[in-house]
Amino acid sequence: MTALAHTAGAGTHAGGPAPGQGRRRGGIAAYLLLLPGALWLVLFFLLPLIQLFAVSLQSGFPGYPGYYYRDVNAGNYLTAITQFAGHFGRSLLYAGLATFFAFVLAYPLAYAMAFKAGRWRNVMMIAVIAPFFTSFILRTIAWRQILADEGPVARVLNTLHLLPGGRITETWVAVVAGLTYNFLPFMVLPIYASLERADPKVIEAGGDLYANGFTTFRTVTLPVSLPGVIAGTLLTFIPAAGDYVNAELLGSDRSTKMVGNVIESQFFRVLGGFPVAAALSFTLMALILAMVFVYVRRFGTEELL
Amino acid sequence: MTGLSTATARPAPTPATGASRPPAGRGPSVPRRVRTWLTTHVAMITALTVLLYLFVPVAYTFAFSFNDYRKSNIVWNGAAGPTLKHWRDPCGAPGVCDALVVSLQVGAIATVVATVLGTMLAFALVRHRFPGRGVSNVLVFIPMATPEIVLGASLLTIFVQGFSRFGLRLGFWTIVIAHIMFCISFVVVTVKARLQSLDPRLEEAAQDLYAGPGGTFWRVTFPLVLPGIVSAALLAFSLSFDDFIITNFVSGDETTFPKFVYVSYLRGIPAQANVIGFSMFVIAVLLVVAGQLVGNARKR
Repeated sequence: MTALAHTAGAGTHAGGPAPGQGRRRGGIAAYLLLLPGALWLVLFFLLPLIQLFAVSLQSGFPGYPGYYYRDVNAGNYLTAITQFAGHFGRSLLYAGLATFFAFVLAYPLAYAMAFKAGRWRNVMMIAVIAPFFTSFILRTIAWRQILADEGPVARVLNTLHLLPGGRITETWVAVVAGLTYNFLPFMVLPIYASLERADPKVIEAGGDLYANGFTTFRTVTLPVSLPGVIAGTLLTFIPAAGDYVNAELLGSDRSTKMVGNVIESQFFRVLGGFPVAAALSFTLMALILAMVFVYVRRFGTEELL
Repeated sequence: MTGLSTATARPAPTPATGASRPPAGRGPSVPRRVRTWLTTHVAMITALTVLLYLFVPVAYTFAFSFNDYRKSNIVWNGAAGPTLKHWRDPCGAPGVCDALVVSLQVGAIATVVATVLGTMLAFALVRHRFPGRGVSNVLVFIPMATPEIVLGASLLTIFVQGFSRFGLRLGFWTIVIAHIMFCISFVVVTVKARLQSLDPRLEEAAQDLYAGPGGTFWRVTFPLVLPGIVSAALLAFSLSFDDFIITNFVSGDETTFPKFVYVSYLRGIPAQANVIGFSMFVIAVLLVVAGQLVGNARKR
């Protein structure tokens, strides 16, 4: 239960040395505890990343599609960036929009949980996490069905002439809606965790000092919850930018595909697509890391690591 | 947003009860009272609407587990009415239970290994100072900040181009390896948070009472950290059970439950998948509620 809250919140204070805790110096024990897990991460996270980088520079064997030789072929990156620039743009745009909408939906929910829910707090917490346990693929397909042309939402909107294109699925709106939906809990939990830790008296004092509610929110409540907001936006933006399931299930064949879709199809459906797919993956990772770095610098939480 | 901010103006110290700040003197006028009610409750109303939104596809999944469809479970068959036949025979669709079993096995193994390795890591990182600690922290953090598709792609390349030399083929065990990898970081973060929130005085007290290091650990530290470890394990299992993107890259011909659903969606997923998906939801909620009740009972 508290697991997710901890996880989500922990990003904000993990690693900061908690004062006054009994600590031991080095010794063999530390390395024995560290070794198995660290080894696993080196073998199955770090090494694969290095391999992926190596693959991104490989060239295909002429005449033997699907076979590669070691090379320093930066052309793969050129292909990745020039040919799929639109996909990169869409990935970042959709992920940004989804992060924004998730924030708008999550903040009131987290706020109500922290300050208004009273003894219903735990029930609401369970309610936020519970949908997680129905497979996210099942839920995304459910959305596909609900938003489909013959589905209830599209028909009502069409009857009211509120749907300019006549349909919801196969549009970017559906993709962004799906991304927003899927990653919403990742936004709620860290914001809730930081609001819950806040002293209600601080916010109350803000209310006494500034008569205006919006000023209180902007100058007191929001800053208090900022670590949670940052953690939440990262936890939403990163997976959303790399996602391809929503674009695949809710989007159209051409105009709404994201980088994830290209990477997936280059790996699985394009013979000899490995190097370009690897270059795409690496570019995506670099883009996201760069944006995260700038973002964290801008809002200054070095405690994040 | 404006509604939210007006609500912010009055953080009622005793929440959930509406009446805040009884106006002095005369009783308030009716519109004033309506406004007060709205401003105190607007956050809650918005919150409940958002919660409702979270549950829409779950409700859909539940409803369509009763659909007596002919070809594909996409359109509701109003002529036949709801049926219980899929609930009576949850393994009725070919392959669905095989996929479920694979998912449960992968989840169980990945949870146990990741929880053990991650808990050890958390202890090392919180309780010890050693050269390389900073690097280890980063090594634990970065996998969580890496998009799943990059994790999946990198694992695929090394499984196909590197580890295949050692006879490792894509399938059950490559899924297990991948799931352990991405679960470890989440376990570390969860257990670490619990460890950091422990009162060091409890352990000092144990040592003052002449408990040896082993006794202090198993009698005091471990029981105190256990709730964190249990939450971490639950989190690891749910992450593993629900994972699709990484699994899709490293699974070869093996099919997990999410992969089964994804592969069969074009033909329309069988209603048995709805039955299983919704049952997992019910089981998980019951587990969480039971955990809460046990926790509350202990506190008293």
